[in-house]
Amino acid sequence: MNTVYQIVVCAGIVPDPLQTLEPVASPSGPALKNEMMLPAVLDPWASHSLYEAANLAKHLPGSKVWLVSLGPKAKLQQVMMTVAQKVPFELVALDGPGGGFTEAAEVAAMLAEAIQAIPGLDKSKLLVFGGWESASRGAGATMQMVGERLGIMDQFQGVDELKIAADGSLEILERIEGGKHQISKCAGLPALLGWATGNLPEPKNNPQIGMVNMRTVMPALQKAKPVKFAGDGLSFVNVALPKQLRETRIVKDKSPDDVAKEIIEWIKK
Amino acid sequence: METILLLAHTETDGSLAQSAREALHVAATLHKSVAVSQLVVGLIGENVQSAADAIAACPATKYFGVIGKDFSQSRYATDTAAAEAICRTSGATVVVAPATSRWNRVLAGVAQRLGGHVDTHINGVSANDGKIAVNRWYYRQRMEAVLNRKQRPWFMLIDPGSQPACQSRSGTASIKNVVVELSDACKRTTVIGVREPAADAQTIRPDAQLLFVTGAGWTKKQADGQPHVPEAEKLIRGFLQLSRASLGSSKSLVDQSGEGQAILSFLSHLNQIGQTGATPRHPKGLSTCCHGEEPHTVGWRFVAERRAINLDPNCGWARGKADVLYVADAFKVMTKVNELLAAKT
Repeated sequence: MNTVYQIVVCAGIVPDPLQTLEPVASPSGPALKNEMMLPAVLDPWASHSLYEAANLAKHLPGSKVWLVSLGPKAKLQQVMMTVAQKVPFELVALDGPGGGFTEAAEVAAMLAEAIQAIPGLDKSKLLVFGGWESASRGAGATMQMVGERLGIMDQFQGVDELKIAADGSLEILERIEGGKHQISKCAGLPALLGWATGNLPEPKNNPQIGMVNMRTVMPALQKAKPVKFAGDGLSFVNVALPKQLRETRIVKDKSPDDVAKEIIEWIKK
Repeated sequence: METILLLAHTETDGSLAQSAREALHVAATLHKSVAVSQLVVGLIGENVQSAADAIAACPATKYFGVIGKDFSQSRYATDTAAAEAICRTSGATVVVAPATSRWNRVLAGVAQRLGGHVDTHINGVSANDGKIAVNRWYYRQRMEAVLNRKQRPWFMLIDPGSQPACQSRSGTASIKNVVVELSDACKRTTVIGVREPAADAQTIRPDAQLLFVTGAGWTKKQADGQPHVPEAEKLIRGFLQLSRASLGSSKSLVDQSGEGQAILSFLSHLNQIGQTGATPRHPKGLSTCCHGEEPHTVGWRFVAERRAINLDPNCGWARGKADVLYVADAFKVMTKVNELLAAKT
């Protein structure tokens, strides 16, 4: 198979999952407290899609991966210091708000525009990847809108596996209800895949890949297009943390037999 | 006037899923709350008559259907075409749909085509003075927002299990057939099957009363200085078979497979709950050998009654998140639990 793929990965940045998050009101709507101070990571599901893209490109000589990412430029730079060491890609950066309270439709419009502006993009070779949901807005809506704007009619969400046959057709496993996967066969490109976790582990940092990537990452960040969102028509009435605290009864001195009996009674209740 | 459309797809047997009836409950409640509104139903599938008849006594005034073999498949191109056609024909301003994997895949795309907006993972819809608001979570179930929109059409995907199901009586519904012409480009994808574990190996059971969450502690060294992974596997499997619970796992446990460590063979990322996993809805949850925020806070956000077994009495994640924390050895407790369950069966 001599197919050359152009794989465009859409990936936002999100606060490190271990950080405590607190909503605050800002002039432009809800935001996170100390948002710019929170350490950020590449969105987890989108990260998986990047690793899958890189793995695919590695096995198809001549293929290339672009990473299209929207976020505050300073945060993007911080995240790219790590991500750039994982897999080879060319960055397309957009400098704008990366928080969860932005509109999926507005983000999609900017991402689609950035993808269309990639020099030499050929839709007959195009695979658009991303996470099936983000860890910020978590809507699972942006990728479909990007696909619509690019005119891609073959879209898949919750993808855990992609196989490419000798005839160029794609076999895709998507998560469906009840711990099952739907298996679909797609005749060919272009296609859009919103990835779940896939099957690949996180690649180890490779400083050599990092050095090669950084040659294009820094210029891409410098020329990152500034983006602003209007958020017209959307009003947040309230954003609040859930009341999490429960009065936990600590059971310390019971034997395993007694604990087991109590659990059985509770389950059966 | 708001035209509220309940948009559903039929199951392979032509019936409506529970999640569709839950979305219908939301749509009907909204219709009741918004003074100047009408409720209509749109159904997509190979044959939708029996599904429409099953809810014929609901307050809907019109039924629309996109029917045919091409629409039996859960496929983006045909589903978007069908949903778009129903939305246009019905003149829907608010589209309420169950957040099934099928609709999650397509409705954002349909909203894009119609110049509308979409909100997903909705767990509450209300209307006050005709103004509609929805509740949904942000940052992976860490904060809840109430929001409203001026734009129409407004697509709302209702999280399954978050609402009661509409108990409308059956009858005979008159369906307006909406014809959708499909180009060859819409049929480039074919659904060729479903992959699932064998029935006795399936550990994800969305309808289970109990979510059983396993943490990385099951694979760690125990009191004798050795890990006991095969024993852990046997205990967990046994409990799942006897209790019919659904199995959830912490990220750290499923990630071990990628790191070359001993793991529980039946676990996959599909079992993962938390930040990058699922947040299933079950009445009860029991976590074992977990130490971390994800299983205790994010993963069981929608679990009502929560108990944990942990050797650490100061586990900061269980305290304040669980109703009961048993400070005990999960191996010993679950061995006894299995014995008691086996004796009762």
